[in-house]
Amino acid sequence: MHILYAILIGPFVTMAREPAFLIEVLIGGLLAGVMYSLVALGFVLIYKASGVFNYAQGTMVLFAALTFVGMLEAGLPVLLSLVAVIAVMIVLAFAVERMVLRPLVNQSEIILFMSTLGISYFLVGLGQILWGGDVHPLDIGIPSGPLTVHGILINQLDLYAAIVAGTLVAALALFFQKTRVGRALRAVADDHQAAMSVGIPLKQIWVFIWAIAGLVALAAGIMWGASLGVQFSLELVALKALPVLILGGFTSIPGAIVGGLIVGATEKLGEVFWGPVIGSGVEDWFAYILALIFLLFRPQGLFGERIIQRV
Amino acid sequence: MHSNGGVLLKVEGIALAFGGVKALADVSFDIRKGEVRAIIGPNGAGKSSMLNVINGFYRPHAGSITYKGRTVRHMRPHQAAKAGIARTFQNIALFKGMTTLDNIMTGRLLKMRGNFLLDALYVGPARREETAHRAVVEQIIDFLEIQAIRKVPVGRLPYGLQKRVELGRALAAEPDLLLLDEPMAGMNFEEKEDMSRFILDVNEEFGTTIALIEHDMGVVMDISSRIVVLDYGRKIADGTPDEVRRDQAVIDAYLGVAHDGGKGA
Repeated sequence: MHILYAILIGPFVTMAREPAFLIEVLIGGLLAGVMYSLVALGFVLIYKASGVFNYAQGTMVLFAALTFVGMLEAGLPVLLSLVAVIAVMIVLAFAVERMVLRPLVNQSEIILFMSTLGISYFLVGLGQILWGGDVHPLDIGIPSGPLTVHGILINQLDLYAAIVAGTLVAALALFFQKTRVGRALRAVADDHQAAMSVGIPLKQIWVFIWAIAGLVALAAGIMWGASLGVQFSLELVALKALPVLILGGFTSIPGAIVGGLIVGATEKLGEVFWGPVIGSGVEDWFAYILALIFLLFRPQGLFGERIIQRV
Repeated sequence: MHSNGGVLLKVEGIALAFGGVKALADVSFDIRKGEVRAIIGPNGAGKSSMLNVINGFYRPHAGSITYKGRTVRHMRPHQAAKAGIARTFQNIALFKGMTTLDNIMTGRLLKMRGNFLLDALYVGPARREETAHRAVVEQIIDFLEIQAIRKVPVGRLPYGLQKRVELGRALAAEPDLLLLDEPMAGMNFEEKEDMSRFILDVNEEFGTTIALIEHDMGVVMDISSRIVVLDYGRKIADGTPDEVRRDQAVIDAYLGVAHDGGKGA
């Protein structure tokens, strides 16, 4: 009975007793969640526009951050480095379209998925050759100390990251829903052949979307890098986006946002309030268990298009 | 019906093969401005392949396409679309997650020419342009009598209505040449009548040239001005409905014919 109380009721009693602490944890979790959203967004963009699950999205985050740090360390000013990395990510988009997507047009999804595994390994290798395998600290001039608002501590870096991510996410959501190019992208996501028949040039769309995903990866890479240091394990952090996608639905931009927030908040709450009872490290596995539950009961995610199959 | 004699599109000596299978062999015919041109033939005759060659999905191995006086070997699909060729598909290819309105709006994509950045921000000219295009699309929606389903995601619509939305999307491009691949497949009698009426109205009111593939002979004979008949990838007849109806090769192709080898057995 004691253990049941400790798991089912105890943590809530603690929360009720210290509401300020609860809010602090919650805010920390939500801010971290925005970062997950940002990575998940990269997956969603490419999946929407080309039906490809881009395993390399995590590696793109890493690669973009590495290249950025590499250029800073080589002595380039911040702004110039940023422009250069953006150029690199755009070149990467062209290369992927020309060398991977175009030769594989009309192949099944699993083949395209496998090819993104290849892209991922390629980028890891390229990153190592170019910039080495060390951990690079990244200082982008945001003070790292906590901010105190009404007695609640907020990590400044997390806050800035969340603002950047939030702005990007909002801009992209508007772009997809409201503009001609956005509509073209949604059309391509739905039916390649029909899209071509109304005059949408598929190849340009693919380059465009991979470039956007590259920029989103860059934003995520800089923010993660600033808090954890730029290192190869970033690639694994990026995999946290997978449960986010399962929660939010692979085709939904709002889904990626809400999914990220839910994962960020719940795993932090779990770690802080349940960690003492069931052992720490809750943060590491909680998102995956949550995703598993979703897969069982709502496989299309919160916002995904319903899976209807006519037979 | 409103053909004024000028040739809009001419295909000459088109050949197409998939691996060892010949889909089309030396097919030539023309489509005149303003006419309703039907392409018929038994299953597997190469009708859809022919449409796919015209709008650029397939690249023919031999032959040429002359469209609006320009002769090319092959057009890319988006070039064909830009040049005023719109189409529908045998197995409906709509954007299923998007509403009827959005689907038809995609047909306007090539007519829009906003500044890319302004467009992305949805301000200024881009916004005005969107409104103008909406007006055209609303006219098409009225014309096809699908006002009630404007905001419904097309994946939820019954088959007959989906076909109509697909026609709407093609019309939104204000095409010079409209390719219809079995626009009446799987429809009941009433739906077929409606669709026939829409096709004829499009032809008469907008002067759009139409090339269509259809299996229902009654419909084909009623609405088309000239008919091309394909069989095993070859053209076996070409003419007015009356001529084609009486053509022995056509009758043989549809009803089957005893071959010489079969006689003695």
